Amino acid sequence: MQIIVLIKQVPEMDRVKFDSEKGVIDRKSAGVEINPFDLNALETAVQIKEKVGGEIIALTMGPPRAEKTLREAIARGADRGILLSDGKFAGADTRSTSFTLAHAIKKIGPFDLVIAGEMTVDGDTAQVGPQTAEYLDIPHISYVTCLDEITALSLTVTCNIWDGSYRKRLHLPGLITVTKDINFPRLPELKNKMRAREVEIPRWDFSTLSDVLSPEDTGLKGSPTQVKKITIPPPVERKGQVFSAEEMEKALAAIEKICREKQISGGQS
Amino acid sequence: MTQQDYKGLMVIAEQKDGTIHPVAFELLGKARKLVEKDPQEIMALVLGPESLNTKALIERGADKVFHVAGEIFNHPDELICKENIIPLLREIKPAIVLIGATTFGRSLAPRLAAALDTGLTADCTDLQIDEDGKLVQIRPAFTENILAHIKTKTFPQMATIRYREFSRPDPDPEKKGEIIIREPSVKEQNRVEVLEKIAREEINIAEAEVVVAGGRGVKNAGDFARLKELAQVLGGTIGASRDVVDAGFISKAHQVGYSGHRVKPRLYIACGISGAPQHKAGMKESETIIAINTDPSAPIFSIADIGIVGDWYEVIPRLLEIFKEKTD
Ligand SMILES: Cc1cc2nc3c(=O)[nH]c(=O)nc-3n(C[C@H](O)[C@H](O)[C@H](O)COP(=O)(O)OP(=O)(O)OC[C@H]3O[C@@H](n4cnc5c(N)ncnc54)[C@H](O)[C@@H]3O)c2cc1C
Ligand SMILES: Nc1ncnc2c1ncn2[C@@H]1O[C@H](COP(=O)(O)O)[C@@H](O)[C@H]1O
Repeated sequence: MQIIVLIKQVPEMDRVKFDSEKGVIDRKSAGVEINPFDLNALETAVQIKEKVGGEIIALTMGPPRAEKTLREAIARGADRGILLSDGKFAGADTRSTSFTLAHAIKKIGPFDLVIAGEMTVDGDTAQVGPQTAEYLDIPHISYVTCLDEITALSLTVTCNIWDGSYRKRLHLPGLITVTKDINFPRLPELKNKMRAREVEIPRWDFSTLSDVLSPEDTGLKGSPTQVKKITIPPPVERKGQVFSAEEMEKALAAIEKICREKQISGGQS
Repeated sequence: MTQQDYKGLMVIAEQKDGTIHPVAFELLGKARKLVEKDPQEIMALVLGPESLNTKALIERGADKVFHVAGEIFNHPDELICKENIIPLLREIKPAIVLIGATTFGRSLAPRLAAALDTGLTADCTDLQIDEDGKLVQIRPAFTENILAHIKTKTFPQMATIRYREFSRPDPDPEKKGEIIIREPSVKEQNRVEVLEKIAREEINIAEAEVVVAGGRGVKNAGDFARLKELAQVLGGTIGASRDVVDAGFISKAHQVGYSGHRVKPRLYIACGISGAPQHKAGMKESETIIAINTDPSAPIFSIADIGIVGDWYEVIPRLLEIFKEKTD
């Protein structure tokens, strides 16, 4: 099975510092890592390959340093990586990102399955997966939590949709987006690590795709949504009474009072 | 095509088992407010069985409802919905399309936007119309630290909007409107099969009125039972921080936060939760927040209405007593 995994490099969100005056994150304050959900996407691909064989290609669009992400993907089980990198790709929204990714995927050649993470921790839209599927004209299933059955022609999965879990079958070629629940990503293996260090990562720039993409389709130009302004949300006003352990009775009385005011009482919902 | 060719505001309503998801009503209420100054037609589009109560959409603010009627919409099938929605959107040409950011909405909307090759803003928490009549879509970014104000240069301008962000308008039984019933234009697709619903404990934490949540200050799975007892007495549900979900004390369905559920209950009781930004992102809009933590410097206290610097193992039994008495 020919599997393409979509991977994005993101700032380390639990370390990154935030300048709340300017409303920007200080990208230098923290390193970068693979979007955590994309590790689940990659692990899903590795498990499928272990069952039915095939090849895993990790694809990322990002600045030149995102090459590191692809090396890590190879260390974790991808066979090869492709980096889409060009100033003309920069500033892309989800439309522009998925449009570019879809055309790169077509250029890679015939494939059976595309796997994306459920969302990115910096973009947090969960849109790139389904949008890429639409631009590729293939079906997709979002929020996949379990792989139930894999054949050469279809994938049977469990996914979160509506307010429950449903079992669905995807006829290939298709795309899935996976949640964190689907698996525990394994650590890089030593032999893969060595290969990852040495392997050549092809870098595709705009000219590689210029037969299928126009400059109006990519990067900032190809982005219909544009951020006009950034504001800082006002802090939520709270009563903010804090009691010490010795003041327990007072605290309990305050809780009783607030629940009475808000008409929250036992047994009610 | 220019801005003039696109008119009106369309809410795509989600339905399940013949019931319309309430986020659609919230969006209609917001839509009415958006067009107050510069009136525009408000439309709703829903795909579902014939028995669907589409009048409810009129009563909440729609001037016109398009109802694509058929039993084929009884399963969560984004592809069949997309196939039926796209021709309608091309025909009606609304200037604005709003969709609830439920799991289904977040899976369907990007397909629709890509099929129309227009922009889509995810998970908005507010909407405005600017002086040029364009939609300003406001969404939190970077773990809710900032609000991005986004405009779309293509049409329709599409956005998904969080559930429970806007208040639900009361139905107005006098409100008049037109209901247009359509046959599905595409009756089947064979690329994704919906096989079955998997039965499991249904907890709908996003809609709970009371959430009693535990974090790493809760030492084991068994201790969660104590929180559960209080939650039950209060008619609520239990919540958890990511760390205890990862530790396996409780299922992911209970996780509150950035990568879990966003909740907005009337009362949130946080026990042994430090209040990391990623946790706060999911609960800081709760109406009332009570925090119990042994560490006086825990950030959770900064957003609490009432905080107790203490051991929840001591506080919770007392609360239980108080609220149990109330029910008796
Ligand atoms: C991309 C990303 C996404 C994330 N998503 C989420 C998410 O969705 N939800 C989420 O919750 N986290 C999320 N996190 C993790 C988050 O950063 C924190 O690690 C987590 O919220 C901390 O959980 P905690 O408060 O339970 O644990 P801790 O931070 O360890 O806090 C435990 C607290 O319990 C107190 N305590 C200990 N014993 C007692 C006692 N007996 N009585 C009272 N208090 C006691 C301690 O003083 C301490 O403050 C995410 C992180 C990242 C990077
Ligand atoms: N620049 C990118 N390059 C490759 N894959 C991406 C990129 N951006 C997003 N993705 C994929 O799309 C998923 C959803 O991203 P998002 O829509 O940004 O939340 C991610 O988990 C990745 O699998």
